[in-house]
Amino acid sequence: MTQATHHTATAPAAGALSVFAADCTVKYNAPVNAEYGHLIVDAPDSILGCEPGQFVQILCPVNSSEQPYLRRPMSIYSYDREAGTLGIIYKIVGQGTKALTKLKVGDPINIMGPLGTGYEVKPEWNHILLWGRGVGLASLAPLAVEAAKAGKKVTTIYSARSKAVQLPIDQFEQPGATVITVTEEEGNSGLDNIRRMVEEQIKENGVDAIYTCGCDLALIELKDVCRIYNVPGEVALEQRMACGLGIGQCCSRPFAVEGDIVHKRVCKEGPVFKILETLV
Amino acid sequence: MSNLSTKIGSVQLANPIMPASGTFSEDLAQVFDLNRLGALVAKTITREIRNGNPTPRICEVRGSMMNAIGIPSKGVDYFRTNSLPFYAQFTPPLVASISAPSVDEFARICEEITMPGVTAIEVNISCPNIEEDGKAFAMRPSTALAVMKKLRSATDLPLWAKLTPNTGEPAEVAQACEEGGANAVVTANTLLAMAVDIRTRKPKLGNVMGGLSGPSLKPINLRMTYQCAKAVNIPVIGCGGIATLEDVLEYLMVGASAVQVGTSTFVNPTVMVDLVDQLDAYMRENHINDLSEIIGSVRDKEAADAVFFQEAAE
Ligand SMILES: Cc1cc2nc3c(=O)[nH]c(=O)nc-3n(C[C@H](O)[C@H](O)[C@H](O)COP(=O)(O)OP(=O)(O)OC[C@H]3O[C@@H](n4cnc5c(N)ncnc54)[C@H](O)[C@@H]3O)c2cc1C
Ligand SMILES: Cc1cc2nc3c(=O)[nH]c(=O)nc-3n(C[C@H](O)[C@H](O)[C@H](O)COP(=O)(O)O)c2cc1C
Ligand code: FES
Repeated sequence: MTQATHHTATAPAAGALSVFAADCTVKYNAPVNAEYGHLIVDAPDSILGCEPGQFVQILCPVNSSEQPYLRRPMSIYSYDREAGTLGIIYKIVGQGTKALTKLKVGDPINIMGPLGTGYEVKPEWNHILLWGRGVGLASLAPLAVEAAKAGKKVTTIYSARSKAVQLPIDQFEQPGATVITVTEEEGNSGLDNIRRMVEEQIKENGVDAIYTCGCDLALIELKDVCRIYNVPGEVALEQRMACGLGIGQCCSRPFAVEGDIVHKRVCKEGPVFKILETLV
Repeated sequence: MSNLSTKIGSVQLANPIMPASGTFSEDLAQVFDLNRLGALVAKTITREIRNGNPTPRICEVRGSMMNAIGIPSKGVDYFRTNSLPFYAQFTPPLVASISAPSVDEFARICEEITMPGVTAIEVNISCPNIEEDGKAFAMRPSTALAVMKKLRSATDLPLWAKLTPNTGEPAEVAQACEEGGANAVVTANTLLAMAVDIRTRKPKLGNVMGGLSGPSLKPINLRMTYQCAKAVNIPVIGCGGIATLEDVLEYLMVGASAVQVGTSTFVNPTVMVDLVDQLDAYMRENHINDLSEIIGSVRDKEAADAVFFQEAAE
């Protein structure tokens, strides 16, 4: 679990390998619903040495109708070091993710990871609040699991378009955890309503940190909330990637750091950033 | 182990596989042992601090990619205090890569980058020259000659001129670089390209146009490598779309003394190490003791008529 140390994204020492590209084996691959697929692979310990908020780059298979070339970044949705498995949830949008749907149990698939800098949870924090939208929930799941293991109270607000495209929330349903799901369909997923719930949590239960992924509009609201209530917050961002390793500065985005505009690589210094540093 | 070593002028390389500038950084030391490479080629830097282009900076095209990164640069001081000591931990020679928007700026950074720890300087003259309506120095023999002459007087280190496949006069540009004092030419950089998202009708790159790299670039840069190797007496370093041992061998056969691997590293981060091993195995299997037996060994004599025909068709 990410302790108080955010990795500093300085260059590694010579000889210390920390990212691995490995041939994994498909253990499970099935649709979650019409929009999402769930892939679980047997992965080596090297990749499973990951932390909540990190991601992997998947070499999606090439077949007669899909020819993805670059690797595709996917949040680590679950990892189990004992069972030796790694899970991702993928939204089916294009060549790469369509190709993933065709993977069968036993097929090989090359996965590179763990990549990027994950969430920071300080040991003294007791109650954290997560706000996930859509597939953004994937990135937050390991955070919920590890925080609960560390004895923290986790409140999750998950918003989806409809019940039909909701993702499984079992990883968030830990002892002592609260999960609130809202949908557009039910009309309770409006930003105003969610913001009201967040503020209620802060005022009534005390929130030590807020984490979010999957929605820029939510980020704008949370930036405001973090500022007003002086609560630290982090967000996992997405950006078009190529190398995923910080090499090409393919995925840089501007951030506001102590009054300066600083460009940071989403794949290296991120994908998790301080909410107050984002420019939204 | 066969003799994989090769010489680029005075620079001795343990093997002919090195990274292409901009597709290699300190970060790759997390993935494999950089000592396995023939050389370390740093990302292009400029004198001024630059942030680079708007996003998206990369996009995929079938079986390849395009980029418009825009050479973000933290300047020479950052290179001196951060990159240089980092790369000094490794044995392969370090090749710095520099660029500038004018001849004078180019000469100035060339002088500044001439420092202990840098073995050779790759000059990215495929970048736009603001004094020549934004056309890259390496588009025309005259501008290539002018900048290389100035660079030659700015340093005693070996100069590698990185050319562009966008020129219609590759052999003449390579000859101009040789005349201007280049110790090698690198063939080549990316090819100017474009892609549109038909859903949004927006260009797929924030910069509208960008450079094509990856497997679809290979036949073009291989042809250019062949043309340049025929035209000059200095070593030629092949670059463009290399992903497999076959690609490496093709470049060597048309006359490259070494090769650079770029985009493939994004797909397979250990590809350069794999290529070194595969080249070694190939040479042993085929009883080739020395790389020089492969370099320039293409059997093109019979094809002379076809070559002339191609030139006539231009
Ligand atoms: C750090 C990170 C973590 C991610 N985690 C997940 C995850 O857990 N589950 C998930 O389903 N998706 C995730 N994504 C997004 C995912 O990478 C893209 O949806 C995927 O690459 C699309 O591939 P494709 O070949 O199916 O689609 P393509 O044919 O490549 O593109 C289809 C559409 O997706 C958009 N797109 C492509 N690549 C990206 C990208 N890297 N970021 C944002 N949009 C993109 C394109 O603009 C296009 O509109 C993550 C992205 C990042 C950067
Ligand atoms: C993301 C990216 C960044 C690049 N940056 C540079 C650069 O800074 N300087 C340079 O001379 N070439 C740069 N290049 C070009 C490569 O060095 C190489 O010439 C080109 O990509 C062709 O080789 P490849 O097909 O093996 O990638 C870059 C290429 C890519 C894909
Ligand atoms: S994806 Fe290449 S630098 Fe981030």
